[in-house]
This record gives sequence, structure tokens and C-alpha cells, in this order.
Amino acid sequence: MTKDNPVNILIAGVGGQGTVLASKILGEVAKSAGYDVKQSEIHGMSQRGGSVVTHVRYGQKIYSPLVAAGNADVIMAFEELEALRYLPYLKKDGLLIVNQQQMLPMPVIAGNAQYPKDIVEEAGAMGAQVKASAASALALEQGDARAANVVLLGILSRHLEFPEERWLDAIRKTVKDKLVDMNLRAFEVGRRQ
Amino acid sequence: MDQYELLSGNEAIARGAYEAGVKVAAAYPGTPSTEILENVAHYQRIQSQWAPNEKVALEVCIGASIAGARALAAMKHVGVNVAADPLLTFSYTGVNGGMVLVSADDPEMHSSQNEQDNRYFGLLAKIPVLEPSDSQEAKDFTMQALELSERFDTPVILRTTTRVNHAKSLVKIGEPQDMVVKDYEKNPAKYVMTPANAKGRHTVVEARRKALTEFAAETSLNRVELGDRRIGFITAGISYQYLKEIMPEASFLKLGLLWPLNEKLIRTFAAQVERVIVVEELEPVLETQIKAMGVAVSGKDIIPREGELSEEILRKALDIKPFERSFASAQALPVRPPILCPGCGHRGIFYTLKKMGLHVSGDIGCYALGSAPPFGCLDTTICMGASITGAFGMELARGEEFARKCVAVIGDSTFFHSGITGLVDLVYNKGFGTVLILDNSITAMTGHQDNPGTGKDVKGMPAPKISIEKLVESIGVNRIQVVDPFDLKHCEQVLREELAAPEVSVVIVRRPCALYVRLKKPAFVVDAAACIGCKACLKLGCPAISVNGGKAHIDPLVCVGCGLCPQVCPKNAIQEAGENHD
Repeated sequence: MTKDNPVNILIAGVGGQGTVLASKILGEVAKSAGYDVKQSEIHGMSQRGGSVVTHVRYGQKIYSPLVAAGNADVIMAFEELEALRYLPYLKKDGLLIVNQQQMLPMPVIAGNAQYPKDIVEEAGAMGAQVKASAASALALEQGDARAANVVLLGILSRHLEFPEERWLDAIRKTVKDKLVDMNLRAFEVGRRQ
Repeated sequence: MDQYELLSGNEAIARGAYEAGVKVAAAYPGTPSTEILENVAHYQRIQSQWAPNEKVALEVCIGASIAGARALAAMKHVGVNVAADPLLTFSYTGVNGGMVLVSADDPEMHSSQNEQDNRYFGLLAKIPVLEPSDSQEAKDFTMQALELSERFDTPVILRTTTRVNHAKSLVKIGEPQDMVVKDYEKNPAKYVMTPANAKGRHTVVEARRKALTEFAAETSLNRVELGDRRIGFITAGISYQYLKEIMPEASFLKLGLLWPLNEKLIRTFAAQVERVIVVEELEPVLETQIKAMGVAVSGKDIIPREGELSEEILRKALDIKPFERSFASAQALPVRPPILCPGCGHRGIFYTLKKMGLHVSGDIGCYALGSAPPFGCLDTTICMGASITGAFGMELARGEEFARKCVAVIGDSTFFHSGITGLVDLVYNKGFGTVLILDNSITAMTGHQDNPGTGKDVKGMPAPKISIEKLVESIGVNRIQVVDPFDLKHCEQVLREELAAPEVSVVIVRRPCALYVRLKKPAFVVDAAACIGCKACLKLGCPAISVNGGKAHIDPLVCVGCGLCPQVCPKNAIQEAGENHD
């Protein structure tokens, strides 16, 4: 990921998992570093437990708010099936960061479909760079499983150019006051992964 | 130093309204427009309100404009249909204070029932249409729309699409102007649209159209970017951004003012490039007008007419190599459709409707998810308010016996929006129908906005709470019952009574939205020894319940303890944590 080309990041998950907050923090970090930033999200019906994806792009000049399929530098997936669903967006040498969590969609619950098997292994076997982490469990150790989004940002932060302090500032600026300390801890846990 | 913020298009529109001195703002929530008024309401000096529907919102803004204040109304594309009646005549009267109507269109129908192209409202109402392509323009165009409105004595449509409303980009923050309320003088010839006055105003509208057409040639809202002359794009909105991503060196006529068009501007641009392609999402609104000028262009012969555009779709249309896709799973990937949330009150009532095998005339809201498996309950979903009237039409077509097997379902906010008149029709015209008002006491799908039944206004301050029971009673409904959708037995019993009754019934199904008022009861657990794996509990479509290895399992992290599943288990195998456990 160079400074000359836009950096394209896709954040995929299930409605209610906190993808929007993660993109907000990431956008804030890129903005504070002086980049042009665009991000795109979808509200409304799909938020009710459906598949959701947020796009974040930054660079010297950004036009489209959406990452094109095959052009994502990083996919940060909050759930394994959603990682697999959006994998075609990943560049050949791109990085998949995946939360090792499985949330069964209704067709699987109803017995009409199978949850895919060995997702992390399959992504790796295809040649994708994969960084898998039990982010929800790690977040729970810090006080709240919902901070998995910030654990994943901690992992992501090791692969982007921004100094740690920018991330911490963005977290302080973005999350509710009473949750700042817990989220800062969650970020550190992710960063050490 | 200039201050920049990362704002969504909706936040930027709100900021623009504030900086331009808007005094009155009204809206009805609807994706992708909702956050406009939510953000406007943060500016304390602006009189903001959630109106019961879009027509009301626009009419309030019309009154404010005539009385001299700048005003903003915001709604989703289909909301403009509801507001179309006042809009088309407001075009004739014109304004006093500037007035902008934000029409937030939803190409691709991310959260809508159709993908109509509201740029046509500009042609229909003969009022200018501005379309921004990012958040900076969303703010700037909102402010320019208000200036244009006053300069040309016309309401102005700011047309946006989901990818502008919900995309964030950097916006330069400015100082707010003073809030000026212009003088108001009674002027019936301008504002009383009797036929004689309206004839005079139509002449004014035609003169305004000509003046605006001339303005279209000079305004900086339209911009020519001459680059490589082999291809010239005429485009607007988000399509411009996709094209700049793909072919930044091409030539562009980037339109910000989409109606009216200026022929000379278009001809001059077309003459400077070898080939002109009009790139627009949905309908060929620009293309048709440009072709009518006799200018040769490509457009919908290569650009799709359905859904939203994307970098990928445009690369294909323009014959440019797409990005290589390196990864694709060999496994079948189950879809993940939206579902009713854990603890949602709609679950209990849809379970009952399905069990009773009833026809269901549906409406717009979270309860449209009653159409999804395992319920598959809904016969129809058309538009806001159509449940009650649609069911009545079915009753008239198929008779009283059908009415005994059919219910209308409508949410509390939708009932206030446009269900009331339907219920008046049902009572007045002597129907039999049974109407279920699914009262979760909030406008849920759009993200929990207050409404006339919640007791709070848009700023969260206490407001009169309009009683659904009293309203329904005053219309003349004699049979009104209130049920808790978590009590399945009672729901079914009440439905049987009311469907049999030879007159209109209203059943208020009341349970607060589970995302808004969170249940904090302990999770239920399955006694594996008692569970026979019959899957009766799966008929609830609850995301907490699955069956593995022939036994039901309840995910304790997902379950909120609503208590529906023990009621449907034939073997009493589902218990509260603590019963038979330590």
C-alpha cells in the first residue's frame, strides 16, 4: 500500500456488529493524516441482521466512495461467512483480516442451507494472505464482545502507515466517553496479535 | 485554517441548511433521507419537526416559505409521491423565503419498494433540480438551492441518491448566515390558487422556465472539464465520481443543475469532443432531453437502466478491463437476508397469522419482513398506508367470507402517516375488515425516530402523545382490543373473535421495539433430554434458535428472553435458565 495509490478497505459483517463505528474510526485516522477520504455505508432494512459492508478509501484524491471488486487492499471481516462472501473484492496480494466467529444466517438456522466449512483454511488455500483472530472472545476479555470491531482495527493498524497515537486519538474522539478505556484496551490487544 | 469534517451527504445537507439560515425544517423518516432532519434537529435555532407524512412536511415548509422564512423538507423518493399534490401547485405560487425539497432516491432499492427516478419531478413541476455528487456539493448545493429559490421565485428540488446520502467525504465548514425572515404581505393573486389566479401564475412559471434555461448556461453548478477529446461524458451525481475513477483524463460536462438544460451549453460541449456518452443512473432523463435537441449521443444503449451504477458496471459498458478477481469460494454461500430481531414483537403476531393461515395485506416497515421465511405471511406490500385500503378492496372483490380470513397489518408510525384515512373509509363504507396496528411505539426501520404516538418530538423533548385507541374509537370503530404479541394464546383467541365479528375491528398489537427498549431477561435453555428435535421452535424464525444433531439449541448471547419459544414447544423442553438448572 503506497501513498500514491488510493488505499481501499472493505469492512464486512452482520447488521448490528459495529462495522459503521469501525469505518468511522478508520476514516478519522486517515483524515487526521491529511488524506482525502471517502466511505460508504448502507442503512435501513439490511441493518436488521442482514449482510452489511462498509467501504473506506483514502489517498491524495478520491473520487468513488466504493471499492471496486478485485481492488480491495484489505478486507476486514467481522464474521467468517461474510469474509468469504466479500473475498472476490480482494486484490491478489491483498490482506484478509477475519474475526473467527460464525453467525448462522436464517437459511442455515431453518435447515435450508449449510454453513460453509473451514473458511479460514479455504481462503488461505486460495492464496490470500489471511490474518484470523478470535476478536470477539478477546474483546469479551476486555469487558464487551462488541468491541471486537476495535480489536480488529488494532490488527489492521499494524498493516497501515499511521502511528499508533493517531488511532488512539481517533478512538477517543469517536466512541462514547464511558467506553473509551475499554476500547483502548481492545485496540492494544488487537495490535499485539 | 479552514476546518474540514468528514460528513455524510445527509449531514452535509443539514449543515448547508444551517449555514444558509434555514428557520423551518420538516420531514418524515425514510431511507436514505432520514439523517437529514436528525442532523438539522441538532441545530437549536432551526424549528425542526417529524411530520406524520411527507405531504404534511412539505405543506408546513410551504407555509414557512410564504411567511418569509427559509425552509427545508426532506423525504425519500416515494415520499415525494405523497407530497406531490402541494409540490405541483407550490411551483405556481412560488416562494417568499427560499425553499428546498430534498428528494433522496434509492437506486438499487437498498431499502425501498421501487426505484423511481425523481428527476422527472423537475420536468413535471417545472422547478429546478440540483444533484450533488459528494458531501461538499451536498452542502454547497443546498445553500445554492435556497438562493436560486429566492432569485427565481421557485421551490427547488435537491435530488440525491443513496451513495451520496450515505457516503462520507470531506466538507469545508463555514460560518452560519443570519437567519432572516423576510417581510410578509398578503398576496392572493400569488398564493390563492383559484383557477383565475392560477392561470396568471402559469404564465409566470413559463417565464421562469425561460429565465432558468438561460441561467443554466452561466451557472457554476454546471462545469466543463475538457481533457482527452475522444470521449466526452455528460453526467451528474455519483455517476460523475465513478467515471472520474475510471477515466480521469476524459472530457466531462458535469451537470449540477439537471433541469432545465441549456441547449447551447450542451451543443458547445458536444462539438468539442468526438463522441458523447450520457451516463446517468436509472431513467434516460438527460439523454431524452438532449436527443430532443438533435444532439447525437449514446446513453441507455450501453448504460443499464435498472439498479445503481458502479465502477465495475461502467468499466464493462465502456469496454475497459475490469480488476482481476483472484479469489472466489468453491462453496455455496448461504444468503443472509435481514430478519426480525431477537425479542421483536412482530415475531409473535406473524407466527400466529401463519398458524391461522390468514391472508395478510401488508404495509411499509420492519414488519415487511413478515414476508420472509419461515413466515411468508404477506399477500401484498405496496406503499405507506395501503394495508387497510388494500384489504378492503380484497373484501369488496371476494366478499365477506374472504374478509373473515384476511387481516391488514400496519405499524404505528405508518398508521399515523396514511392509515387513518383508510380506516375512515373502511368504517364509512361499512366494511368488515380486521386491522392489526402493530404498535412498537417508534418508527423502527429507519432507526428509531419519534412519531405522534411516542410522546417525544424530534429533539427528544416531551410532546403530546396521540392515543391510537382514542383515535380509532373516534372514527367509529366499536371493537378495539389490545394484545401483547408475546402472549400467543391470547393473540390467537382475539384474532378468532375479531375475524368472526360482523363489523370493523382494530387489534392493537403492542410491544416496544426490541432494539429501542431492550429486554433484559435471562436467556432460555433447551432441556436436551426432553427435546425431540421436532423443529416447532424453528417456526418462530428466531436467530437465537438452531437445531444441531437433532436437538434444539438456544444461543445465550442472542436470546433476550422474550418467552415465545416455550409457548410453541410441545414437550415443554424450553425453560428459563434456573428452572431445573442451578
